Amino acid sequence: MTEPVLQARNLVKRFGRVTALDHCDFDLYPGEILGVIGDNGAGKSTLIKALSGALVPDQGEIVLNGEKVNFTSPMDARRLGIETVYQNLALSPALSLSANLFLGRELRRPGALGRFFRLLNRREMQRLARKHLADLGLLTIQNISQPVETLSGGQRQGVAVARAAAFGSRVVIMDEPTAALGVKESRKVLELILNLKRRSLPIVLISHNMPHVFEVADRIHINRLGRRLCIVDPTTTTMSDAVALMTGAKKPPPEPTAQ
Amino acid sequence: MTETTGKPQDFEQAAQASGDFAVFEEEDGNRFLRRIQHFLHTYPTVVPFIVLLTGVIFFAALVGSKFFAPFNLSLILQQVTIIGIVGIAQTLVVLTAGIDLSVGAMMVLSSVVMGRLAVISGVPVPVAFFLGLATGFACGLINGTLVAYFKLPPFIVTLGTWSIFGALNLYYSGSETIRQQEIAAVAPFLQFMGTAIKFGGARLTYGSILMVMLAVLIWYMLNRTAFGRHIYATGDDPDSARLAGIDTDRTLLAVYAIAGVICSIAAWALIGRIGAVSATAGGTANLDSITAVVIGGTSLFGGRGSIVGTLMGALIVGVFRNGLALAGVQVLWQEFTVGALIIVAVAIDQWLRRVSQ
Repeated sequence: MTEPVLQARNLVKRFGRVTALDHCDFDLYPGEILGVIGDNGAGKSTLIKALSGALVPDQGEIVLNGEKVNFTSPMDARRLGIETVYQNLALSPALSLSANLFLGRELRRPGALGRFFRLLNRREMQRLARKHLADLGLLTIQNISQPVETLSGGQRQGVAVARAAAFGSRVVIMDEPTAALGVKESRKVLELILNLKRRSLPIVLISHNMPHVFEVADRIHINRLGRRLCIVDPTTTTMSDAVALMTGAKKPPPEPTAQ
Repeated sequence: MTETTGKPQDFEQAAQASGDFAVFEEEDGNRFLRRIQHFLHTYPTVVPFIVLLTGVIFFAALVGSKFFAPFNLSLILQQVTIIGIVGIAQTLVVLTAGIDLSVGAMMVLSSVVMGRLAVISGVPVPVAFFLGLATGFACGLINGTLVAYFKLPPFIVTLGTWSIFGALNLYYSGSETIRQQEIAAVAPFLQFMGTAIKFGGARLTYGSILMVMLAVLIWYMLNRTAFGRHIYATGDDPDSARLAGIDTDRTLLAVYAIAGVICSIAAWALIGRIGAVSATAGGTANLDSITAVVIGGTSLFGGRGSIVGTLMGALIVGVFRNGLALAGVQVLWQEFTVGALIIVAVAIDQWLRRVSQ
């Protein structure tokens, strides 16, 4: 078995008297899509926030490519190549597509114009934005300088995914990417996810939508009561079994399987 | 859009048959109106431009050559200068979805600091001038700190500092006016912005040139630097901006501080305009600057608007006031007109925002 890209051991996070994460483990292997499912309050989003740097766990450790890391902000995680597509997408509606793709890490012109006059390299950013969108087959978005608010929900999701794909060198985390989308748009986003996988970028997919998770995930991490209950193989496990495990109706197998 | 990937569910195949993904669908009715809405949404400064043009044509027809006289046009520009500069500061703050009610107070306090230090205390003029700018900067930092780090609403913060800066101004100045001759004797530099280039009957003051230069500088900052984009993003959706990696608190602090400095630059233009340093000058600068910003199409909800719009907004108010005055309309009806313009401007902003839904 190869080494995990991203690993977490014994993560604990308490919010007052509520224990959101109770010695939770997590493993993501190279090139895979890992589905993360769990009932409401099972600790999925807390786990993901800990992995993406949005919150700091009280205990436990996170290991990225064999090195222990301590994230104190999403910026720390991003700097190390972990990109997150948040449920609210973190896009700025009035700004253009290319401005959003490069938001927070804009490119400046080389030389004195960039250094002293802080001049943006807009042409280069537009070129790269067009390239990133084209790479993901999002060429239906024609005008790279149109504001994001003029896009449909699926297109916005596409922009957020393109941003993650462009900068995520190690891991892409997606939080409920299809939750707000219609049937056709969800389909497109699932294709995007598979597309990222083909570029051998490992993906963590958090979703409530069982059919979506079962369709694209290679392994499924089931969280329950703040810890990893088990890992199942979507090809040998049925959705109703997964739901039974999630809700506690069924006992997990003794050892984590489907490695 | 093919079946090559994954295992699409049956119900999804039915959906696939019905055409492409994410095509903009348009209702048949109101297409024309929607197209106008879309156009204005893309080019928001067109609205104030049309209003300005309409105003100019209207008053040209109404009062004729008196309005177009070079002297009159340059008078409008002079009247607009102070509000234009303060409006630039206000625009920055409003773009972050904030508001700065203390702009007038910061301007007057800075002008009093410059004037009293140079004329009464005998401080060298460059030092007095610099300390005046530093006063604006310090006031802006106070506003920014309270808004960004104490998370207080900008309206309340600047309502408070408006009174505080106003009180400091009265304390320091003792409500005394420094007369024109006194300043001209020791610190003519402070009145420099009131001097004018004359050609024909027109008087183009250096203050107006300063306004334009400042507008170009801030336009560049907003549209050609990363910091400018962060200002828009912070006003548009602060949570998203933060998740995208922008330090929104620092952006806010910087915006209020820059606004303070711009207000102290406006103080220089103010001394030039009235010649003297008066503790009670610029009383209407607050609301006038907000008026210019709003009529210029900048949204009070943040994230959209422009410096060009604000300058046009200031010019619109100037043109309407001047034109109506030339036409012999009472001051109260000038105010009435400006009020109506504000409401129309906000209504258009609301309408344009609906383009995204």
